[in-house]
Amino acid sequence: MQSEVMFAGFGGQGILMSGKVLAHAAMEEGHEVLWMPSYGPEMRGGTAYCLVMISDRLIGSPVVRNPSHLVAMNRPSLEKFAPLIKPAGVVLINSSLIAIDAGREDLDVIKIPVTAIAKELGNVRAANIVALGAFVERSKIVGFDTLRHCVHEEFVNKKNFLSLNMNALEEGKKAAEMLPKK
Amino acid sequence: MGKTYQKPEALSDQHTHYCPGCTHGVIHRLIAEIIDELDIRGRCVGVAPVGCAVLAYNYFVFDFQEAAHGRAPAVATGIKRVRPDLFVFTYQGDGDLASIGMGEIIHAANRGEKFTSIFVNNAIYGMTGGQMAPTTMPGQHTTTSPFGRDVEDVGMPLKMAELLAALQTPAYITRQAVIKPKYIVKAKKAIKKAFTYQLEKRCFSFVELISTCPTNWAMTPNESVKWAEDTLLSYYELGEYKTPESLSGGANAK
Amino acid sequence: MGKKVLMKGNEAIGEAAIRAGCLNYFAYPITPQSEVAEYLSHRMPEVGGVFLQAESEVAVAYMIYGAAGAGARVFTTSSSPGISLMSEGLSYIAGAQLPAVFVNIVRGGPGLGGILPSQGDYFQATKGGGHGDYHLLVMAPESVQEAADMMMRAFPLAEKYRNPVIILGDGLIGQMMEPVEFHDHLRTDPVNNNHWATNGMQFRNSSKPNIVKSLFLDPDELNENNLILKAKYERMKKEDILFEPYNMDGPYQKLIVSYGTMSRVCKTAIDNLKVKGIEVGMIRPQTLFPFPETAVFEAAAKESCKAVISIELSMGQMVEDVQRCVQGLRPVHWYGECGGNVPTPEKVMDVVTSL
Repeated sequence: MQSEVMFAGFGGQGILMSGKVLAHAAMEEGHEVLWMPSYGPEMRGGTAYCLVMISDRLIGSPVVRNPSHLVAMNRPSLEKFAPLIKPAGVVLINSSLIAIDAGREDLDVIKIPVTAIAKELGNVRAANIVALGAFVERSKIVGFDTLRHCVHEEFVNKKNFLSLNMNALEEGKKAAEMLPKK
Repeated sequence: MGKTYQKPEALSDQHTHYCPGCTHGVIHRLIAEIIDELDIRGRCVGVAPVGCAVLAYNYFVFDFQEAAHGRAPAVATGIKRVRPDLFVFTYQGDGDLASIGMGEIIHAANRGEKFTSIFVNNAIYGMTGGQMAPTTMPGQHTTTSPFGRDVEDVGMPLKMAELLAALQTPAYITRQAVIKPKYIVKAKKAIKKAFTYQLEKRCFSFVELISTCPTNWAMTPNESVKWAEDTLLSYYELGEYKTPESLSGGANAK
Repeated sequence: MGKKVLMKGNEAIGEAAIRAGCLNYFAYPITPQSEVAEYLSHRMPEVGGVFLQAESEVAVAYMIYGAAGAGARVFTTSSSPGISLMSEGLSYIAGAQLPAVFVNIVRGGPGLGGILPSQGDYFQATKGGGHGDYHLLVMAPESVQEAADMMMRAFPLAEKYRNPVIILGDGLIGQMMEPVEFHDHLRTDPVNNNHWATNGMQFRNSSKPNIVKSLFLDPDELNENNLILKAKYERMKKEDILFEPYNMDGPYQKLIVSYGTMSRVCKTAIDNLKVKGIEVGMIRPQTLFPFPETAVFEAAAKESCKAVISIELSMGQMVEDVQRCVQGLRPVHWYGECGGNVPTPEKVMDVVTSL
């Protein structure tokens, strides 16, 4: 069994980091993982994305045509990647910044205003962790306690941001819980 | 009666391949004498250039590495960084150091690498057969400047001591000559000072030595000494351009 | 055994060198491998090692020469255009018989090319790059874990042969993160080099100077030196070829030869085809020089095998070695892309089934 999660957005939205935290959590749970960033010229101010692969056996190809899930933090990312996602995949839309739909009926689309939630928590930079919390709550791709542990590890040496991001994770979870079940 | 003059231990018994009247032999001897005097032969590593001195390691009795053309300061950096307890010097000519190796010498000097560069300036490429060097004098005839160096075409000769002295990093930069005994006595003092700065882990040290190349200048040894004294020394002024005690280089430090 | 940590390939390469017992690093920044230098700029001081950012890749190669010549374990990392600049030095290092480890996180070329994954430096790594009769021992990892392991094995190999070893990765190996475990049992001590290194006569209680050089003006001496080098390359072919056979037990009709990142894509393609009842075998060279000549020949000679294909992120470089090894026994094909797009498993499946 293998799933792939695409995180995509603007450079500076913490895309690479939320992917890394998810990969870390999956590794902690004993899975094989692979995290692949976009490192082309687009990383400088343009769109950024990373792909996290989680598998119960050695991962072969690091490139996939159709990822299982998508976390879209901005509109260009949704437009670019939504058509590629496998049927039944979770697609998180950052509705604070994206006014359109995924344009498909066969996906589990969740719209969460992650940027607005982060703003309420006091720092828009935590939007990536809000999204991560909501995505994991919906997809159950890793256990939430493992995720909490990994977010904590990520920020434990950045004291000013630790509680902000721990709160962001819980707020993301809550937002996903309030949505209708699949 | 004891010996009053003998070959330094740091010099080997091999006859050199240098031409009659060439000053490399004098410089080799000065280096060997100082290495004996400072008792550093057992921890000394020389770095040979590409040029007439490419076989220098045959004439010394201590460890040596042979660098590619111009790269001796990078090789010396590698040695000194991993083995700061070794004593390291490069021995380079003007084509090697001032032309193809300009990048390496500037950056090694600017980093303040704790080795010494001995720079032999005879205003011409020797080993390759008398081509124009960056230090060739205006109007000087060489096999690639048959009508004399045209400064409108290829610029003025490079003054390496002045150029390196302009760097802000502390260093010992001096220009001496080895064309007559009176200059040789001073040159030896300068080399010893340069080596001592290295041993004291003070700074990068650089000794430019105005030399002769009778073969490629197409002169007798006596003529070449006269030409060097008249022509080279009036353009390449001798003196200390920078010491680690002086903060900036230039004429004030001289 | 250590603990698994999630690391970028570039950082794992730097850490693996330290774990291998190499505390000397000289480098110049270039995408997509600059993270190695960034990582080691703080790690080397922590472990009391040497870190120096040089003025150019040309200078780096000679800093490696000097340090290796003085008897130290030393390595550098770069990417394609940087390796071109170091190739002059690589020739001198091979000629002077110095052990050192180089890493090339390959990007697309020629010229400035691109910064995305490529295997376009196969010829440069395996056939020369610099001037003269020499070879590098070339290792090609397919994962972050294998890159770390190869780094640790590279130092004793370089010392065994007194010859440079190069790890040929690609942008993906450098940039992706995977769990990696540093195998401390691979750590080795540098071999005694008192008989050749310029480490100071007094430190080895010798009155005989050591000379590190590659100049042999006497034709017989130069010939003799080149014969010594040749003997080493022949010994590498006997003792240090590494390859992984993949799905080689079945009655495969097609044989893939592929290495590095591209071979991982091929593995997924082979697995997918197997589900459909199509058997495809693969030889994955882990050393590109020495090349697994016999393994490729024998795999191609298997009765069921009808065709061989070299799949690489280049315009067809390794395919020349595959053709050489197959000796005309089977048709040898090539498929590849080299702009930076890594083909998907679906594309590889299409290519292989259409042979």
